[in-house]
Amino acid sequence: MTRRPPEPIEVVKSRREAALARLVAGVPYIGFLGARFDRRGDELTAILPFHPSLIGNPLIPALHGGATAAFLEVTAIITLAWTTLWEDMESGRIDPASEVFPALPKTITFTVDYLRSGLPRDAYARATVTRSGRRYASVHIAAWQDNHAKPFAAATAHFLMPEPKDQP
Amino acid sequence: MPDKPTDPLPDRLTLAKAFMQTLPHAKSLGMQLTEMGEGRATITMPYDLRLVGDPTTGVLHGGAISALMDTASGASVMCHPSAPASTATLDLRIDYMRPATPGQAITARAECHHVTRSVAFIRVVATDADESRPVAMGTGTFTLERPPVTP
Repeated sequence: MTRRPPEPIEVVKSRREAALARLVAGVPYIGFLGARFDRRGDELTAILPFHPSLIGNPLIPALHGGATAAFLEVTAIITLAWTTLWEDMESGRIDPASEVFPALPKTITFTVDYLRSGLPRDAYARATVTRSGRRYASVHIAAWQDNHAKPFAAATAHFLMPEPKDQP
Repeated sequence: MPDKPTDPLPDRLTLAKAFMQTLPHAKSLGMQLTEMGEGRATITMPYDLRLVGDPTTGVLHGGAISALMDTASGASVMCHPSAPASTATLDLRIDYMRPATPGQAITARAECHHVTRSVAFIRVVATDADESRPVAMGTGTFTLERPPVTP
């Protein structure tokens, strides 16, 4: 058995970045919100740069609860899809540049707790996949602004995973 | 005294509709307040390609529907007869029953069914054109800031 020589880091990195970019670009709503994803290895951090259109009530002014919920939900969906994609990509089972991505997980239920009012600043979020099964997955999401130790929102969500037959 | 007596409720609806247009995120999602009653509010959001979650199906992203349901819920609290000074979401749980039909507007009907001194409890249902089969249902709690007591 011959062992493949390790790929140059640039090749690995650019493949991962391209896969993430494709995944994120596949959800128009992420563009509408203006959110983006930062990657360190397999770990993703979602970033929601502040924009005046994210304000709920201009008198306070605080981020709209709906914008916050939506931010947490896209963080969960992208992280969950990314976690699934990661294994297939790293093992070489799929080539993210050429193949059709599996369908995205579908939200079954989404529960968000508002812990502090969202300030008119950039927001960050990370999702942790607490359980990932063949059919269902559970995700916890926390979002913070200036201080990571003081989350302003947290959510728990359950997703229906795409059927294996949906996958190419 | 005004020349002609005015019905207070349509006036409030007009004011509330105008207020909705000053909420940046609600405005950017195209939300329109269509009905308002005691502890009840109905808000619609047009279908918009920018709000799609999956371009292969054209189905709206859950996040956009969450934002609509949150807004309708907050509006129903503000419409409560206790006349709150302000409100904010404490928690909101949304169950997604089916994908919204692409191309159709979404309507969220929220009801603030109970309030305590400082907490409001809401129920909210989101439908598309087929109102017999909800797209999503939610329950939530909101903070309730009482109006200042006037002596």
